[in-house]
Amino acid sequence: MARVVVDVMLKPEILDPQGQAVQRALPRLGFDGIADVRQGKRFELEVEGPVDQAALDRIHKMAETFLANTVIEDFTVKVEA
Amino acid sequence: MTTRIGVVTFPGTLDDRDSLRAIRLAGAEPVSLWHRDKDLHQVDAVVLAGGFSYGDYLRAGAISRFSPVMETIIEQARGGMPVLGICNGFQILTEAHLLPGAMLRNNHLHFICRDQKLRVENAETAWTGDYTAGQEISIPLKNVDGRYTADERTLDELEAEGRVAFRYVVDGDAADGAGNPNGSLRDIAGISNAGGNIVGLMPHPEHAVEPLVGTGRTDGIPFFTSVLKKLVNA
Repeated sequence: MARVVVDVMLKPEILDPQGQAVQRALPRLGFDGIADVRQGKRFELEVEGPVDQAALDRIHKMAETFLANTVIEDFTVKVEA
Repeated sequence: MTTRIGVVTFPGTLDDRDSLRAIRLAGAEPVSLWHRDKDLHQVDAVVLAGGFSYGDYLRAGAISRFSPVMETIIEQARGGMPVLGICNGFQILTEAHLLPGAMLRNNHLHFICRDQKLRVENAETAWTGDYTAGQEISIPLKNVDGRYTADERTLDELEAEGRVAFRYVVDGDAADGAGNPNGSLRDIAGISNAGGNIVGLMPHPEHAVEPLVGTGRTDGIPFFTSVLKKLVNA
């Protein structure tokens, strides 16, 4: 079965206080040099059948209507080898 | 004929009981609606109550929005049926694109639970007719995903069309319930659609309907009497 990965990230202009909280915690833990952190979601989809253009179109539609809220989030679709 | 107002219960809804009670106190007939039942049982209006439907998985309201009952509610709301979304209900309405914008994690990342001061900005929606514009009310607020967000153009449009229904009162003492509690853009607490039949807000009017319980204030009851009056006079 092929795996397709959908990554969902808050749009750049949207404030991400969770990412900021992670970034602020890093120096305390001894991890220096990280200027910014943004937190997102990763969906790993195990696809039945071939991952052809039709399947990718369906996954795109799925990401657009459900996995991401395009009012506040961007997404990318990647086929994993 | 009595006016029937439905309240939807999803798995994880918390405030359906209080909403049904508020409807009864306002003089309408409360009707329980089930998320898997497409039939709205001849209700004249619907309340989407607060809580954590589907555990807020994926995003608050994202899964409930695709439930069978929502298919009918979306269709009828577009046809003019009054719908009020409170807290999680507001999140469901934005996820369903019945109201613009989206709700994000509070800017301070904490769950907040307090009495919140609001200003009624639009007293002409189906759910706010019994208030007067500019009136300040205080009702409970309790959420972690309450930060209202929309792009600048949408915000300008909402303002220009008078669709900001409620704003957090920011001037005054925090101990008094003043202040923007979550980083909502332009201090927006609630909005309506262009027709004024769909209203969503984060604070909870259904928890402020009786002098004996809660805060002792009844600032929330006009939501329910407003829609009742609107439906009776229609």
